[in-house]
Amino acid sequence: MIEVESLTKYYGPVQALADVSFTIEKGEVVGFLGPNGAGKTTTIKILTGFLPATSGRARVAGYDVFERPLEVKRRIGYLPENVPFYPEMRVRAYLDFVASLKGLVGKERKKRVEKVMERCRVADMANKLIGFLSRGYKQRVGLAQALVNDPEVLIFDEPTVGLDPTQIIEIRSLIRELSGARTVFLSTHILSEASALCQRVIIINQGRIVAMDTSENLAGQLQKTARLLVKVEGPKETVQEGLRCLTGVVRVQEKAFVEGIGSYLIETEKTEEIRKALARAVVSNGWGLLELRPADLTLEEVFIKLVSEEQP
Amino acid sequence: MHILPIFKRELRAYFASSIAYVVLGIFALISGYFFYILVYSFHLDSLRATMSRMMPQGLNLTELVLRPFFRNSSVTLLFLLPVVTMRLFAEEKRVGTAELLFTYPVRDIEVLLGKFLAALILSIGMVASLLPSLVILAFIGPIEWGPVATGLFGLLFQAAAFIALGTLASSMTENQIVAAISAFGALLILWVIGWVGNLAGPPFSTVITHISVIDHLDSFAKGVIESKDLIYYMNFTILFSFLALRVLESKRWRG
Repeated sequence: MIEVESLTKYYGPVQALADVSFTIEKGEVVGFLGPNGAGKTTTIKILTGFLPATSGRARVAGYDVFERPLEVKRRIGYLPENVPFYPEMRVRAYLDFVASLKGLVGKERKKRVEKVMERCRVADMANKLIGFLSRGYKQRVGLAQALVNDPEVLIFDEPTVGLDPTQIIEIRSLIRELSGARTVFLSTHILSEASALCQRVIIINQGRIVAMDTSENLAGQLQKTARLLVKVEGPKETVQEGLRCLTGVVRVQEKAFVEGIGSYLIETEKTEEIRKALARAVVSNGWGLLELRPADLTLEEVFIKLVSEEQP
Repeated sequence: MHILPIFKRELRAYFASSIAYVVLGIFALISGYFFYILVYSFHLDSLRATMSRMMPQGLNLTELVLRPFFRNSSVTLLFLLPVVTMRLFAEEKRVGTAELLFTYPVRDIEVLLGKFLAALILSIGMVASLLPSLVILAFIGPIEWGPVATGLFGLLFQAAAFIALGTLASSMTENQIVAAISAFGALLILWVIGWVGNLAGPPFSTVITHISVIDHLDSFAKGVIESKDLIYYMNFTILFSFLALRVLESKRWRG
């Protein structure tokens, strides 16, 4: 549904995108992840036909973004990062205006506007001026304008930025609910959002794609070692020494030591199962084993690893 | 065509932001003031003429009231229309709505025409506010309705030209003040350039007088629609609208 081929973009001498390529299939929900300034918004602005690329190609729904912009624009619903509004318009009139620009006419237009207000839960604010709405409601009106013509492709740029936690949960559940059979491409710098909403994640940093996979696979790929968190009662140095001596242990890291109880993070070879040996060793030394659990690499850590590895 | 929704939104925005009321009100006030002054001085002139036993037929309402009235109105338009046009694109660019607007399946020319028409409707309202004065004039003395009609018609063509230039200025900046000042400055220069027309030598003087944006109204106010004046205002409108369109399109390749 979205095909991007070696897209490059320069703002004057500054390179914003370097040879970005990816494909998104119909019906997929894909997260576009990266720190601020990585090139997420630039990519999205190119896809929506607002900005030209310096080189490369982009196709949405089978149409080239540069050659057939109107065809592309007919098929996408776009929610920009900070949704800009005409503050003097009322919600219903605004959505009607957007619907008419998107080519809906007559009764069909009225019906679509009412329906989308219902779905995005803004119907109770239909006659309010947009300028007076709260941030959360504005974001929902933004969603409604993207959805009003029932587009095949939805593109969201940081859909939850600047919202409070309740509003974030609301918008996320709306996105999940509304995505349905549509193709959704959403950018975010929040990893939990990507893993919560998306089947697949594309990670971009400094204008380059650094990883592209499902979020589980990404975490798995990078995890060359397994990690265990143990809490042991006993003298710090001897316990650390004892843990280090176990076969398969790569590194022991002290996390905390309070009142004779130490927490240690142990990195082990992925292939070795050392939990039994570890428990035996602790008990035979007369220390107390209080906790033993695997500590997975979170997506957050994967992200930081990927991003920092890429830097020169 | 998407001209209609754009046009309706723009017009609504004019009235919602009170620009429409202020501009209409001030235009009516100023032109009313001019009208009063002109009629009063006409009254004094005719009084003096009777006293000195001159033939009062020498004084003509069209010549002494109507023509200066239209000329003053056109200068007032020159001052006020940049304020009408300044927000057309500059505001959308500053607020960011332009970004969303241009991701909808609309053509640049549809956006431009919608906005142009909204400003034109407002200026039709301004010109229409001259009508009460003209009706009053008809009660004062016999007036020729031909020059009245052509004068109003000429004002509208002139307004269209001013709006086109103002739209271009607004499309080039996201600062409304800059848009207003530059449109006003350009129009002012295009007006006063006519004043040096007589100073310059023969080949240039005709060219310079032809460029002057206000002088072309004169024949309209006399009751004559001359094709050279009509074509001047139409060319002016088309040229600056075309340039504005190019500015809008340029963002596609400039980024």
